[in-house]
Amino acid sequence: MNDKKREPISDRRKFILSMARGAGLAALGGLVWSAYVDEVTASTLLLRPPGALAEKDFLKTCIKCGLCVEACPYDTLLLAKPGDNKPLGTPYFIPRDVPCYMCTDIPCVPVCPTGALDEESVTTNGVLDINSAEMGLAVIDAESCIAFWGIQCDACYRACPILEEAITIDYAQNLRTGKHAYMTPVVHSDACTGCGMCELACVTEKASIFVLPREVSMGKAGSHYIKGWDKSDEKRLEDAEMKTTTTKLSEKSAMDSLNDSEDLY
Amino acid sequence: MLATKNGKIVAVKGDPAAPVNRGLNCIKGYFNAKIMYGADRLTQPLLRMNDKGEFDKHGKFAPVSWKRAFDEMEVYAKKALQHGGPESVAVFASGQYTIMEGYAAQKMMKGGFRSNAFDPNARHCMASAVVGFYQTFGIDEPSGCYDDIELTDTVVAWGSNMAEMHPILWSRVTDRKLSDPDRVKVVSIQTYTHRTSDLADIEIIFSPNTDTALWNYVAREIVYNHPEAIDWDFIKKHIIFAAGPVNIGYGMRRAGEKSITPVNPDGSAGKYSAKEMEIINKEMKTIVSEKEGPALEPYGYKAGDTMNHTGGTLGHWEISFEEYKKSLAPYTLDYTAKIVKGDPDESIEGFKKKLQALAALYIEKDRKVVSFWTMGMNQHTRGTWDNTLSYNVHFMLNKQARPGSGAFSLTGQPSACGTAREVGTFTHRLPADLMVANPAHRKIAEKKWMIPEGTLNSVGTQHIMKIHRDIEDGLVKFAWVNVCNPYQDSGSATHWIKAAREMDNFIVTSDGYPGISAKVSDLILPSAMIYEKWGAYGNAERRTQHWRQQVIPVGDAMSDTWQWAEFAKRFTVDDLWGEWKPSGDRKEALPDVRDKAKAMGYSGDTTMFDILYANPVAKGYKIDQNDPIQKGYDNSECSGDSRNVVGSDDKVFEGYGFFIQKYLFEEYAAFGRGHGHDLAPFDVYHKVRGLKWPVVDGKETQWRFNSKYDPYAAKETKGTDDEFAFYGKIAKALQHGTLTGKDNESVKVPLPNKAKIFARPYMDPPEMPDAEYDTWLCTGRVLEHWHSGTMTMRVPELFRAVPEALCYMHPKDAKDKELKQGGLCWVESRRGRVKARVETRGRNRPARGLVFVPWFDEKVFINKVCLDATCPMSKQNDFKKCAVKIYKA
Repeated sequence: MNDKKREPISDRRKFILSMARGAGLAALGGLVWSAYVDEVTASTLLLRPPGALAEKDFLKTCIKCGLCVEACPYDTLLLAKPGDNKPLGTPYFIPRDVPCYMCTDIPCVPVCPTGALDEESVTTNGVLDINSAEMGLAVIDAESCIAFWGIQCDACYRACPILEEAITIDYAQNLRTGKHAYMTPVVHSDACTGCGMCELACVTEKASIFVLPREVSMGKAGSHYIKGWDKSDEKRLEDAEMKTTTTKLSEKSAMDSLNDSEDLY
Repeated sequence: MLATKNGKIVAVKGDPAAPVNRGLNCIKGYFNAKIMYGADRLTQPLLRMNDKGEFDKHGKFAPVSWKRAFDEMEVYAKKALQHGGPESVAVFASGQYTIMEGYAAQKMMKGGFRSNAFDPNARHCMASAVVGFYQTFGIDEPSGCYDDIELTDTVVAWGSNMAEMHPILWSRVTDRKLSDPDRVKVVSIQTYTHRTSDLADIEIIFSPNTDTALWNYVAREIVYNHPEAIDWDFIKKHIIFAAGPVNIGYGMRRAGEKSITPVNPDGSAGKYSAKEMEIINKEMKTIVSEKEGPALEPYGYKAGDTMNHTGGTLGHWEISFEEYKKSLAPYTLDYTAKIVKGDPDESIEGFKKKLQALAALYIEKDRKVVSFWTMGMNQHTRGTWDNTLSYNVHFMLNKQARPGSGAFSLTGQPSACGTAREVGTFTHRLPADLMVANPAHRKIAEKKWMIPEGTLNSVGTQHIMKIHRDIEDGLVKFAWVNVCNPYQDSGSATHWIKAAREMDNFIVTSDGYPGISAKVSDLILPSAMIYEKWGAYGNAERRTQHWRQQVIPVGDAMSDTWQWAEFAKRFTVDDLWGEWKPSGDRKEALPDVRDKAKAMGYSGDTTMFDILYANPVAKGYKIDQNDPIQKGYDNSECSGDSRNVVGSDDKVFEGYGFFIQKYLFEEYAAFGRGHGHDLAPFDVYHKVRGLKWPVVDGKETQWRFNSKYDPYAAKETKGTDDEFAFYGKIAKALQHGTLTGKDNESVKVPLPNKAKIFARPYMDPPEMPDAEYDTWLCTGRVLEHWHSGTMTMRVPELFRAVPEALCYMHPKDAKDKELKQGGLCWVESRRGRVKARVETRGRNRPARGLVFVPWFDEKVFINKVCLDATCPMSKQNDFKKCAVKIYKA
């Protein structure tokens, strides 16, 4: 029954693992090489294990050994095989199939021999802290999310291991019925780890809440304006620096434009 | 509203005009189109057989014809009758029956078989609420309605995770809160933190079972510290005070019962281990604890005293207000806070402030308050008391049966009210609040059912736990499971499963899917599910709603009404209506009524089908495609259908030829019309979207007992300026007494139109954590799944969302017990153990010392761990507390 999930990795799985590893090593061969190039460019949408370096650095550092995959007790992590259209031999996961269950002892990270999975980045005050992982960020398609229709769902909220932090519920009156409330999920990027438990739990045919790598799912407001009503926003001042601005109008130096009055009269 | 394609339901459409939900659903309703089409849906009768094709208790299930199925049922039901009379033929009935199915089953069991071994799963759901209604009002069902939500200022959820269990109502509570966030207050009173607390202004986490102390504390605050808040004018006109015995046990097995005999030197007894007997022995005798001692002092007990328990009794007597006041004396803020505080990490001072704030909300003049509760107050070894205590507070403040104010018992099943309670599919009940023990009531039913006077059995004590126990004791030999899952949903489950599988008996289960009950059965019958038949349900606000058959059932499945009618064809007047010797709790013979039957025009071989279902009155309800109600709709029972199912006589079933569902509904409705339970005519329900009974002159009733809204109350108060009449008729004449007993010399005084405030103390439950079993176990539901998950666990989306039951616990407890988040643990009690995955995060957050394990998952079979103690008055199983130990698996 349920124990199945926790059983040691099966022989079949071991076989697939070594196949993928082999493919990773053989990637130097000519034929596979072109596939490898394609797969690298496709990698921006992949979800990596907790503690993974930024994708560019990760690809450079990961030696495709598969130790993290072996350490995962939930069979969450997979190794990219030829034809997966993913960088060969690298670990990733598909939350709609098996999400990251956010083990408190994060077994997949300390086993990494190269630091591609960086223990430091998932450590708080000297203790491994899965809540600080940044595997991705959940985003919501509000048009297909049935909570936005007024259905009482919030399955994603209830599935969230850090509910009330990573996902909260927004309450709003349902003016159509006059007596019910909308309870809609909101994801908070400062807490969401991208574990994908919400994506797994989502009851719509294709998940209406899904995890994307943070670089893909997040926008970025510039650091030139700080919210005066939010003390914590001052953190962004750290990145703020003076920048010379250039537009089409200011391309020329002041002197040049002053001395050039050709269109003026 | 449904969409069908090729005879199958393909979509559900929310009905924007539906008064309760305005077309919205929770996600179970959202997936209603899928619940009937699980890959392992049962499509044909299945019998355990040996290689020769004979029935064999140890055989494997194999398909048989409907005829063979009924042949076997007939043989074993007749054998059971020979063994122990009507008491040996039992039915596990249901709050998921349609009204017509429940009524059809009720007629054949009580009128045909003369057996009261007929009790629904609703017993586990709301029996305590029902006894609370009877004791307080003399009539079942709530006084308020869901409109209270939009009208109230305060919602107090007592022992109820409304956010997950009543999502639509909770959405209305949320809307009310949003509409006036400062004025509207929400209080969540629970044994662990869950979703309902998210919206709460105050959250009170109490130690299991101490909610009775909490209610008494609020009452004490009113009586001792805010006497000006008591509406004496209301009390004097409408209320009396009452008390009853407190040494009533815990609804477990009592000494001398067959399965706990003999008692062995090692403490074990009969089929029960020494460990189990440690708890069962408390049914007979307890030592009053330090915790309950102060609360029991007004009743003549103190800590250290021996309390000899006599078993459940509904008896009570009138007391003075002064006596009632005396019963409240112990519940000072200090004592209450000390025993009630459920989170060891919370400060006692902070907790006291919350208790005071709670009392203040109730007491505040002009503040409307609705107290909602569900299983926390009902599944409780003092559940009936807890229910009556809620009304005490509301009555004293005159905040009951008023728009926006009242104590309001919510129900957890689709038709626990409409079918189980109103139709009376309980061992002790008949339709419309009539009782089998009352000779006048039996006479009414016998007349309406056109059966001889004296047919009905007056002893109705085989409630659902008793049926299980009677099977284990060898009294019940034939049991039929209808629309429920009693082998998954009862405490001490291992005993009942062993009794079914290892003893000489015949268990039949009618179901849509192979759940645990089907698995332990000898014969399985495939049942038509909700939209595959005509039906009606009734909800907690007394609203009755009907639907038409939308699609033809799958395979050879047929409705439970059909199964009952076909079964009834196998039994004649001579088979059932002769004399039956005393059996079980029945100490007198059931009389031979065959002569009377013959005088009514029946003969010895007239079948029960002809008497109870296909009589001349029934045949007056015509099948007619010109009838606008029937036009364009299938009716598999009445006209057969395109499947040409081969029926119980091996011939193609072509239908009864009359409108059996309408007949059953109208005959049932006639019981209540003119008696405060008026239902509208059958056809009307197909034109409107449900009506709240009593429906008088075409108008529904929003608030019962309130003369402004309830025509029955208006009639009783005519010519006076009284606002209320609590016109229920049950237990409305009482003797007098004190907290310690009844004055046997006193005369019974009639109490017309009065309701009651009961003195009832806090008492410990029979099993509490100790050194070995150091943790409370509470069970319950999750939003994603219906009760035992039989249907919802087969909807892929719901299964994926919540595939297994988890053991929710405090992270520190997990650490102390060396358990890992996500790792497996054993949850073990004196009765058994299950393996579950540890969850220290997420939606349910218990304090240290308590774990919550939901019961929907048959793979995490938590009822093997739970105790079968009940409220001794209501016989409802307490699933909310027992003691367990937890260790790494």
